[in-house]
Amino acid sequence: MFTSAGKEPVAVDFVDLHRHFGNVHALDGLTLAIEPGELVCLLGPSGCGKTTALRILAGLDHPTSGEVRVGGKDVTRVSANKRDMGMVFQAYSLFPHLTAIDNVAFGLKLRGTGSGERRRRAGEMLELVGLSEHADRYPHQLSGGQQQRVALARALAFQPSVLLLDEPLSALDAKVRVQLRDEIRRVQLEVGTTTLFVTHDQEEALSVSDRVGVMHAGRLEQVAPPAELYSTPSSQFVAEFVGLTNRVPAVTRNGSAIVLGQHELPALAGSVDGDGLALIRPEAIAVVPDEEGPATVTAMSFRGPITQVRCELHGVGGSEPTDMLVQMASAAAQKLTIGGRVQLVIDPTAVLVVPA
Amino acid sequence: MKPWLRWLILLVFAIYFFGPLLSMLDFSTKTTGGGRSGAAWKALVTNHQVLDAIGQSLLLCLTTVILMLVLLLPTMIWVRLRLPRLKRVIEFLCLLPLTIPALVIVVGINGVYAWVNYFFGYSPVVLTFAYVVLVLPYAYRALDSSLSALDVTTLAEAARSLGAGWLTVIARVVVPNLGAGILSAAFISVALVLGEFTFASLLNYQTLPVVIDLFGKSDARVSVAAALGSIVFASALLLLLSFAGARSRGRKGA
Repeated sequence: MFTSAGKEPVAVDFVDLHRHFGNVHALDGLTLAIEPGELVCLLGPSGCGKTTALRILAGLDHPTSGEVRVGGKDVTRVSANKRDMGMVFQAYSLFPHLTAIDNVAFGLKLRGTGSGERRRRAGEMLELVGLSEHADRYPHQLSGGQQQRVALARALAFQPSVLLLDEPLSALDAKVRVQLRDEIRRVQLEVGTTTLFVTHDQEEALSVSDRVGVMHAGRLEQVAPPAELYSTPSSQFVAEFVGLTNRVPAVTRNGSAIVLGQHELPALAGSVDGDGLALIRPEAIAVVPDEEGPATVTAMSFRGPITQVRCELHGVGGSEPTDMLVQMASAAAQKLTIGGRVQLVIDPTAVLVVPA
Repeated sequence: MKPWLRWLILLVFAIYFFGPLLSMLDFSTKTTGGGRSGAAWKALVTNHQVLDAIGQSLLLCLTTVILMLVLLLPTMIWVRLRLPRLKRVIEFLCLLPLTIPALVIVVGINGVYAWVNYFFGYSPVVLTFAYVVLVLPYAYRALDSSLSALDVTTLAEAARSLGAGWLTVIARVVVPNLGAGILSAAFISVALVLGEFTFASLLNYQTLPVVIDLFGKSDARVSVAAALGSIVFASALLLLLSFAGARSRGRKGA
């Protein structure tokens, strides 16, 4: 089986990258270090600068200022075809006039690999992505998922220093997306190539990455392993972008916050006294049937092992009723009825309090 | 639509299109005594003036297609990949010959051709320079629609990331996928060159249409035979073009 053995994984560093398009600052001081062999995902909404960062690393765009280092070497001004990076694009990018195996062998051919060796390695790569039987098919004879698999094999065939994935799953349907997502991770772990993955899909980012960098307005808001990012988001943006979040009024005083009039929690560093906002994950709330409870169940949606429950919380801080989303085990949710009064019990360790 | 109506329409169009051609064939094979003869057609392959004109016109077709492709194809690919803001300018320049009557262009380039003949010698092949301008609008459209059907930017970026330089990108990734467009541009150019009369006649070059016209004054049968031969050849090329286009569409859309 083909692996990247013989080629040491390299580190990638973005150092204070800026990219301006007229008055628009697509990147505004991006600094990120990717460890050798690591898969880092840049996650963020459209226009946050994640694709710009990836394109700059690929050499397809150039920064206004800042530096890109690969394996410690400054490659900022090195052209794309000299960077030794494999890339999978969002759009289908296989060469239509070449068969799957010729597409995979294209990079090897450019590097002067002999025809026999080229065919052997391209065959191995197709085997790695499970498409050996489709080697002689043209791109138009392959499904979208198969085309992206071949594109992945092509990007890895010449053993690149870095693998770049630019939203490679966004054109695929949901089922294929999940399959290919897992396959990308399996292949990446197998070949051990340092990888930068760009996506706007949080589930995708959390499931394949060693670390996830959440980007907003050209800057990195937080870089952390998926579990840490989800459980301890560093800002309101991260908390709201990654996972579902309830927003509940809170009052901040002397570094702590009172949420729902009962929970006293540490507020986010730098919070000033006054009205705040508590961001609570749906799974951090327990719903207990209680005739005297302050909330009413308004809707329930069965999702297999879990059930999503919507509750209306009355009069928090004398304000309008607050809509709360709760995710709980379906077995526990069976005890609830729509219109029934309930008590909401919050896990205080899963709450982020930010200024309003 | 009822089948008989379909056949009727087909028959009317067939008479409209093939009627004149059959009349030409009839005329070119008729003798003065009312019999049939292939003399006019034989003259096409034995008369040196006609043979020369056919040879020159075919050579002109070849040189025009080559020069047009060499000039236009890399320019259009490069503009699409690297200078997209120039697309409108290039389009305007390429379509310009459509808006200027051929007669006006000939008057304009008459002086220039004195120099062209001085540098390149007096041969109909020098008409290539003028004919390339003449075929630009049609060749541009054919190549542009072919380029538009291809995600050239993504393919180029993919090839670049795999290690390809710009020349490799153009020669080994983009051009092989423009087969139908290149064929269309080439065949349309050939058809235009084979039928072009104004430039050649006014600049005094003996191309096939000019010789057909000359023979029309002395031997009408040979002239009509040459005209019919020319039409059949151009039609065969256009038929080939539509087959090539259909094959290419089938391959991409299957």
